[in-house]
Parts: sequence; structure tokens; C-alpha cells
Amino acid sequence: MTRKLLTGNAAAAIGARLAEADYIPAFPITPQTEIIENLAEWINTGEMKGLLTMFESEHSMITAAGSAACAGVRVFTATSSQGLMYGMEMVYSAAGWRVPFVMVNVSRGLAAPTTLECDHNDILAARDSGCMQIHCASCQEVIDSVIMAYRISEDRDIRVPVIVNLDGFYLSFTREPVEIPSQEDVRKFLPAFKKLDTGFFASDPQSRGVIVLGGSQYSYFRYQTHLAVMNGVKIYHKAADEFAHLFGRNYSPVEEYKTDDAVICFFMTGSFSTKAKDAVDRLRSSGMKIGLIRPRLIRPFPGDSLRSAFSGIKGAAVIDQNISMGKGGILYTELASVLYGSRKDAPVLLSYIGGLGGRDITFNEFAAIADETMQAAKSGEVPDPRLLYSEDELMQMKKLQEIAGVVK
Amino acid sequence: MYRIRFHGRGGQGMKTSSRILGTAFFYEGFEVQDAPKYGAERRGAPMSAYVRADKKSIFERGIIHNPDLVVVSDESLLTAIPETLIEGTTSQTVLLVNSTGSVSEWKEKFGIKPEIIYLPLQRGTGNTESAVHIVSTACAAAAAGLTGVISWGNVEKALREEHSPLNESAIRENIETALYAYEEIKSSPRTLRQGDDSSSRINNPKWTELQFHHSGLSAPAIHHAGTSIKNITGSWRVFRPEIKEDICSRCSLCSGYCPDNAIKIKEDGYPEIDYAHCKGCLVCSTVCPKHAIEFHPENSPHKRSHYRGDV
Repeated sequence: MTRKLLTGNAAAAIGARLAEADYIPAFPITPQTEIIENLAEWINTGEMKGLLTMFESEHSMITAAGSAACAGVRVFTATSSQGLMYGMEMVYSAAGWRVPFVMVNVSRGLAAPTTLECDHNDILAARDSGCMQIHCASCQEVIDSVIMAYRISEDRDIRVPVIVNLDGFYLSFTREPVEIPSQEDVRKFLPAFKKLDTGFFASDPQSRGVIVLGGSQYSYFRYQTHLAVMNGVKIYHKAADEFAHLFGRNYSPVEEYKTDDAVICFFMTGSFSTKAKDAVDRLRSSGMKIGLIRPRLIRPFPGDSLRSAFSGIKGAAVIDQNISMGKGGILYTELASVLYGSRKDAPVLLSYIGGLGGRDITFNEFAAIADETMQAAKSGEVPDPRLLYSEDELMQMKKLQEIAGVVK
Repeated sequence: MYRIRFHGRGGQGMKTSSRILGTAFFYEGFEVQDAPKYGAERRGAPMSAYVRADKKSIFERGIIHNPDLVVVSDESLLTAIPETLIEGTTSQTVLLVNSTGSVSEWKEKFGIKPEIIYLPLQRGTGNTESAVHIVSTACAAAAAGLTGVISWGNVEKALREEHSPLNESAIRENIETALYAYEEIKSSPRTLRQGDDSSSRINNPKWTELQFHHSGLSAPAIHHAGTSIKNITGSWRVFRPEIKEDICSRCSLCSGYCPDNAIKIKEDGYPEIDYAHCKGCLVCSTVCPKHAIEFHPENSPHKRSHYRGDV
């Protein structure tokens, strides 16, 4: 095992190399491109076996990923933002085909307006696709999650694609120290790809993703995919336990940071959650009993783990780095759905939208959020959802609107 | 924790500089995080990079708002984006600038609180292959020297790693420059202060309740042509094209090809460059059939002459 400074993109690529992916359908998009550049380089120099094929779009790329998995090889692919949206039809289809592969998504805000920086509306648009989703908060987690994702995806009780999400810029272009597991150890954890019962051969024609008319058969197949994804919690736990045993790093479906005696907590996903950890440390040094709860697994949504993590918590600030237009934060409703309806002592939940398009969330803001949450936990009165947006930002926007010649 | 912010222009190697410093910290046994922020992702456009180093795990990420050290690779940034450069600095902060200007001039002009140090840059190196790397190398080495916690051996090791695509003579030249910058900085008794991780709140976030605005206001649209004229991109220029009228045949190709519409044809038929907006891409110089458009480094001739002339 070696420890090196790696970007999140390099970590994702090394994860795919260590998993000995046979086939990489590819299409470039910022901020993901460095992943396929690395893989192309290694295949070119012979450091990695396998075949990398450039496609004309993400739609074809994801079709090829699912088809190659049907044909019986281990597949890796990667995309981001508009690319994921363009391929979305096939994200849903490949999950329905019930084939295993791993796709990395490097989160970037969606158009319009266009941006290159990070938020989670891209990956959350794939929430209901039937693919599993693991959301990473560090570069170490990226390499480890890619390796774990193959174990989970290829399990006979799952067999849906697993998407590993990492944040554009804040992980993709940020270097951090990363332990790189040895090939030998990875082979112990992740056995060679077994030809599945899905093997496509010219001599033995099969069909996948067939048409079913009449809702009855459709209901059966759709619910079966749901059950497979729900199995993901159990299979994830098993994979995480073995991973911890072999590599010494623990990845529970829900990370809990300093929650043992916490009265309130931040609830968020992705790389900004480490900023929340920093805020937790600082706020604790001035006596506030606060922690962080971060789901790594978004699909399946780990309800039991979350209910247990929230035991004793009186108030939570849900910081959504996404927005469902016309509703609000996506994680807010997801969390409310697992905490309410069956529990009498559910905590008050406050909703914040922050970090859209990579907008920073400062310690001052975490501190102010913590104050409001503590207040709400005591009074039971919950403030309206809030966009993290300052007077200065609005002033700046007004200046830009003047330049753009807005209609008054 | 050490928090070090680099400011430069696209193409000047500040990302590499931050990586050399990050790698050197890492070899010294620090936990490290380094990251570039590209902004407009264009050669010559202002960009920044961040290095954090600590003996324990680093949870902060992204923009550094309270730097201990600010490294500036290009003195023209002091006039172009002074607020950005000095954001979050105090009298405890050190500003390391690649410039020959005078300290008092900058201090007075911009009310700069931090101590200003000029980058010790060895002159007269001639190898063009390594030339573009020299400033970034010197910045990294000087920053490493300033911390007082990074050995020369680890600076050299980091430099070799980050410059591995260069040939040996270019690497050696970079090492010479780096050693000079490192030792010059170390020769004065000065220690970079590490910022604290206190829970003190700097200020209230001053949130605003964003109200509904009608779509004429709130759609992401530019409502008239020509608004980009208000964005003065001339400061991005690394090279300045200059039209030699005695050679020019008035074909106006340069004006047609200019991607920023920054070359107008005067009444007498000769082209004229709008330096407020010319980004110095040099497309004009490339397409000119008479080779009538020369270009020169924008400022600080001794420094700029390190850049390749055949961009």
C-alpha cells in the first residue's frame, strides 16, 4: 500500500484500474475528463489491460456500458452533469436490464444557466433510475468506493449499475493524501469478474430489456428492480465490513461525526460535509453539542441506519446542495420521510439550500445555521427554508443585471 | 494549519507551483490539500490555487479566506484585482510578489496590511524549454523556505516529481532557480505564522431573503449585444501585439480573425488594436500575411523574457 497525493479524478481512475475493468466506454466532459485521460494513458502504455472506446455521446456510451456488461465483461465509465442528463434514458434502461457496472459521476450544476462548478442536481436526477448511488466526501473515499461498488454491483442479489459520485473541483481537482491499495489486496476483496447468466454470445441469442404490455408484468419487473436496490443496504454492509477488515477503513452507509452526545446536527452529503466537520470541531470548542450525519448511500436510502443515527438528536439542519424547483431541498424531504410517520420524538428539521454551482459555505454560515437550529430545537418553532445567499451577493447580481441590460 | 493562496494568470504555472509546495509539505510529513481554481479557464486570465498543510486531518476545503501567505506570480495582478489579492489578509500575513517594484508604493496605493516580500528570482537563465517553469518553481521554493519547516531535500524531490515531463537539463535549471529562491528567503530571519483554528466568528453572514423577480429580470440572459465591452479583458494579456504600419498591407485579415472583435479598421484603412479588450491571443499575428504584427511581453521585460517567444 502506498500513500500519495491524488486528485479525486486520479483516485477514481486508479480505482477502475485496480478493479481491472475490461472495458471503458468514454466521452469527455469537464470536470470528469481527467479520469478517462488517465485510463487512456495507462491502456496506451500497457499499464492497464482492457479496451477504451470513445463514443459520440453519453447516450451511446451508457448503452455500450450496459451492453458490454451483458456480454460478460467488467465495465467502468464516467460522466458529469449535462453528460449524465444526455445519457439519462440509458441510465434508467441499464438498471432495468439488471446488469452490473460502475459509473463515476463528477457532480456539476445543471444548465441553465451553464456552470462548471459543483452541486448535486445532476446525480439526484438519477435518483429514481434503479442504479445504486454512493456519494463521496474525500479522495480516499473515491478510490475505495469505486472498488466497493464493483463488489456490490456484481452481487447476484443486486445486479444494477452503481454510480459513485464525487464533487467537481472540490474533489475532482483537489489533491489529498490517498492510500492506494495493492493490486493483490484488491483481488482478495474483488474476485475476477464472473461471466454472468447474462452472457451474450452469437451462438446463443438472448434478449434483455424486453417490451411488456399490460401493467401487470411491468409492475413485477419494476418492483423487482426496487427490491434489488433495497437489497443494496444489506450487501453494502457486507462489502463495507469486509473492506474494513482488509483495508482498515470503515464506510458505514451513514457517517456519524461526534453525534454521541449531540443535541443538534448538520445533515448533508458530498465534499462540503467535511467543511461541516470543521465547523462541528470549532463550535464544540465553544461548548455547542453538535455533530454531523452524512449518508454515503443515497440509493438505497439507508432508513434504519438514519433512524438509529438520529436517536437523541433534537434538531437537524439539512443543508441541500441541490434544489427541486417548486419543492425545495431534496434531502430534506428524503430525511423527513424516514424520521416522520413512525417516530414520536422526531427532531425538528430545518431546511437550507447552499453551495449551488459551487458557491462556498463559510464557517460563519455554519455557525449561524447551528444557532438557528439550536434555537428551533429548544422552541419547537422551525424557520422557513433558507437559501444561503448574502446581501453582498444580491448587490453584485444587481450590478451584473445592469450590464446585461435587464428589462425593468 | 498553514493556509497558502497563490494568484497568477492562466499559463504561468501557478497550479504547478501549488503542487510543488503541496508535495514538499507532504514529504515533510504534513497532511496536505492543494487545489487550483481556474476562473475563466483562459490563458492570461486571473486564477488562484490553494495549499493547506497541517499535522492533523484537514476538513476545510475550497477557497482560502484567511491566508497566512499569499503568493503573487505577476505584479500586474496588484492593479488588476487588488481586492481579491488582499482578501482576508492581516498585518500577520505575508505577501510574496514576483515584482521589482517598491514596497512602499504598493503599501500606499492599496493600503496593504501584510508584509510584502519580493520573489528572489535568479536572472539570465536562457534555456527556453524550462523558462515558463522558472517563476512557478521560484514561487514554490520561496514559499517553502518561508514556512521554515520544509527541508531543501524535500523541495527538490517535489520539484523533480512535479516537473517529471521536463528533460534533465531543464529540471536542473529549475532546481538552481529554486535553490536560489529558497536560500535567499531563508537568509532573512522571518517565520511564517500558522493561522489558528479558533471558533471566533468573523462576522454575521448577512443573509438576505431572496424575493421573486419577474422573468425580464431573473432569466439568465444578456439583453443587448455588445455588453462584453464593459468587461475590460486587456489585463489578461501576457503578450502585447503591435501593428507595424510600414509593413501592413491593409488587408484587414487581423480584424476579421480577432475572436474578441478588438481590432478596428481606421479611416485610413490601417487596423488599430483596442488594448482595453485585447486578451493577447495573438491570432492576429499568426494570420497576418505580411508578418506586420509583432508582439512583446506585456511588462517587466526581464521577467517576461523567460517566456517563449513563439506562442
